[in-house]
Amino acid sequence: MPKMTMVQALNLALRQEMEKDDRVVVLGEDVGVDGGVFRVTEGLIDRFGPDRVLDTPLAESAIVGMSIGMAVYGLRPVCEIQFSGFTYLNFHQIECHASRLRHRSQGRFTVPMVLRTPYGGNVRALEHHSESREAFYAHMPGLKMVIPSSPRNARALLVSAIRDPDPVIFFEPKAVYRAFREEVPEEEETFPIGQSVLLREGRHVTLITYGALVRPTLEAAERLSKEDGIEADVIDLLTLSPLDDTLFVNSAKKTGRVVIVHEAPRSYGPGAELVARLVERAFYYLEAPVRRLTGFDVIMPLFAREKAYFPNPGRIARAVKETLEVAA
Amino acid sequence: MPRKPLEVDSPLEFLAILDEEGLVDESLEPKLSQDLLLKLYRFMVLGRRFDERMLQLQRQGRIGTFAPIKGQEASQLGAVAALEPRDWMVPCFRETAAQLWRGTPMESVLLYFGGFDEGGRIPEGQKDLPVAIPVASQLLHAVGLAWAAKYRKTDEVAMTFFGDGATSEGDFHEALNFAAVYQTPTVFVCQNNQWAISIPRSKQTRSRTLAQKALAYEMPGIQVDGNDVLAVYTAAKEAVDRARSGGGPTFIECVTYRMAMHTTADDPSRYRSEEEVAQWARKDPIIRFEKYLIAKGLLDSKAIEAMALEADSAIQQAVKRYEELSQTLGDPLQMFDHHFEQLPAHLLEQREELRRYLKEEEEETRHA
Repeated sequence: MPKMTMVQALNLALRQEMEKDDRVVVLGEDVGVDGGVFRVTEGLIDRFGPDRVLDTPLAESAIVGMSIGMAVYGLRPVCEIQFSGFTYLNFHQIECHASRLRHRSQGRFTVPMVLRTPYGGNVRALEHHSESREAFYAHMPGLKMVIPSSPRNARALLVSAIRDPDPVIFFEPKAVYRAFREEVPEEEETFPIGQSVLLREGRHVTLITYGALVRPTLEAAERLSKEDGIEADVIDLLTLSPLDDTLFVNSAKKTGRVVIVHEAPRSYGPGAELVARLVERAFYYLEAPVRRLTGFDVIMPLFAREKAYFPNPGRIARAVKETLEVAA
Repeated sequence: MPRKPLEVDSPLEFLAILDEEGLVDESLEPKLSQDLLLKLYRFMVLGRRFDERMLQLQRQGRIGTFAPIKGQEASQLGAVAALEPRDWMVPCFRETAAQLWRGTPMESVLLYFGGFDEGGRIPEGQKDLPVAIPVASQLLHAVGLAWAAKYRKTDEVAMTFFGDGATSEGDFHEALNFAAVYQTPTVFVCQNNQWAISIPRSKQTRSRTLAQKALAYEMPGIQVDGNDVLAVYTAAKEAVDRARSGGGPTFIECVTYRMAMHTTADDPSRYRSEEEVAQWARKDPIIRFEKYLIAKGLLDSKAIEAMALEADSAIQQAVKRYEELSQTLGDPLQMFDHHFEQLPAHLLEQREELRRYLKEEEEETRHA
């Protein structure tokens, strides 16, 4: 199996789906000749032509609004918004139309579109290029919200998202784009939307995370195992909506202790939903308060200070130890 | 390096065919069949009378807030009559007459404004999008639909409706720009009814006309007398034919007037004068079309009365069906339907939760 970066894996997913199904159309700013600013759509225009890979004018609302019309008429548009910090300009189209047309038309029209966008920090980018606002979309009825964490699951999830009959918001952790390579099979691979995975098994504590923080969390778990003999279940959510709570609730019942790790701001963030589900479903199994290790409720600092903002393996490991120190 | 005027072609025109007295400019008169002329008249009358009935129903508390169409019948029907059933129609929230023309049953309109989501359902095969409330947002859907039609190599057209206020929204400009760049078969029909709630056209934009906005996007733009159904039809037909034959989008400004309130929750006496309304009442699109049809020998007072009765009886039946349906559509669990192709686990759970509450409430009521 070839080893690929997440960018290459996403490109593979797009290319194969476009080959298989001529309803799949890619559109966005600079996705054609330039191949996307992160090169996710590289080479697609040469292969499929400018009728299926649209270099659009600069207008996020139009890209999404037009995708909605295309999807209603049975196409499978995959639009790219260059950075998640610019999706606010199309938020209106997602909230008022993409997420609602199936319901508004009582099932007559559906919006099988995917909105792909890079999110998150740690790439020393400009203002508005580093924040993590997945909660906006995970909160929205009628929408699916997916965040892959590795090249292989990114490819499999993107294929599933394109084939999904409902609108999917697909947040790509740009810190992972080229951070490492992973074997990705050339042949088709999908992964169900709405399913989490257990990446590491342990009995002492449950770590729940997703996206760019999966790797630092795994690193912390390794360190805790080696240095302190603490064994953690590590769960990668992969889909924030609909949320698979069975896996992490069962894990919490087993370990009794939970640390949630995400880079989004804490208040009303995805962690708050996880804590609520744990309290509703595993309250009597919990032996310590659930800990949220997250980004702060601050405007994302410019890159000179961004490292300080993110949970890192050291912080994760300390949070785990503090949670374990609470007497049962 | 001189300063000189830019060479920008201005093909903008104003088109009127039928004046307030029902007199027609024969050189511009479209050659429409008797059937089409009478059908247009019938739907104008039906639209007007249905609107008036809805206003009564709203005042009686039998339906909720809605946006009356009175005065805009010619703009809507003249435009939509230029479409074929295979074309797409993308309305905003004030296109009741256009919706009826396209085949949406009156009881669906009543159900929608009566607070039942089921009213949003469009009959199978009818290529209309449901009502869109957020201003100008739906224009982009028409661009996407038209793009898809072109991609599928069909000759279908997408026509979308919006008001003068919508031309201030970003989505309006993005839609015109995208449609022009991609040369999509889209017809933009602006019903300039002079008021965006309380803001007059003159305070909405400094542009002397709305039609001229088309120039910035290099697409044909035309201003028409929106109370003249023949002029609206002529402009729309030209636009639809051009779009269908690969000529790209068109922007049509229909100069018309909203005779009633913005919605039933609005009181227009706060911001506009009786004199202004009276002045526009003299330009009534139905009266002038009626005069034209009488002069043509296609209508007489007997036929007019018969059509009014026919419309009223259809409306009465629709209201009856609406009230029967609204009795049977009470199940609140319906709110969980049509969110996804398959209902995810958390929604199944929440649905069950509501079902339990409802059962408990019913039992409590029974014991009380």
